Amino acid sequence: MNLNIETRNEVIIIYVKEERLDAHNSGDLKSEMQRLFAEGKKNILVDLHDVRFIDSSGLGALVSGFKNAISHQGNLKLSTLQTQVKSMFELTRLHRVFEIFPSTAEALENF
Amino acid sequence: MEKRAIEIDIKVPNQTRYLSLIGRIGEDLAKELDKYCGDRETLAYHINLVLTEAMVNAIKYANAEDPDKMVHITITIADNELLIRVYDNGQGFDINSIPPPDFEKLEDRGRGVFIIKSIMDSVRYHAVDGGNVLEMSKRL
Repeated sequence: MNLNIETRNEVIIIYVKEERLDAHNSGDLKSEMQRLFAEGKKNILVDLHDVRFIDSSGLGALVSGFKNAISHQGNLKLSTLQTQVKSMFELTRLHRVFEIFPSTAEALENF
Repeated sequence: MEKRAIEIDIKVPNQTRYLSLIGRIGEDLAKELDKYCGDRETLAYHINLVLTEAMVNAIKYANAEDPDKMVHITITIADNELLIRVYDNGQGFDINSIPPPDFEKLEDRGRGVFIIKSIMDSVRYHAVDGGNVLEMSKRL
């Protein structure tokens, strides 16, 4: 899967450069977040600007990352969700779990 | 079947790489419905989503990720009803025994069937010749 990773103000930003985050590719995102937290990184922002479609496996990968963050005393936040993607978080009540920001800049101010 | 019915019948290998292909077909179909008055973008997303969730269920659980098996999908639109059937060759399971997700607990898995049931009006899983079918319908 295509992921662009950059660091800004001690926050690792993972830009998911895929139209779909689903059962076919979400395992890669899950592993990447696992690797970063295991390396000692504390703050991860997943930017979903390019993701038009997410399924339960994609949501599951993000939940896994969120739990990983907690177990490493870190943070995992999300930014720039498209409308239909956001509605999936609402359907599964995960909007109550994740901190979701409308832009990358706003997310970065809140770490 | 009425004259204006649409029926699509597809078989793909039991591999997740085909999810986007099938999802895209479902989305394109939603956009072609001439009589639908609701939000077409949402319907397209929902058909894509239901097809994806049902296929993953067939690929990973029913067909136990065996890449030599096939997944068979039919999509029918007739009489203002959307009917999706996803066939597998696995052991089958009782769809009613799957509990809804516990929203207080953060589990990585267990949201697929809940999503399907939230979107579709009727969901049934039953045995057919040589396997099982997940049958899902929605009034349009």
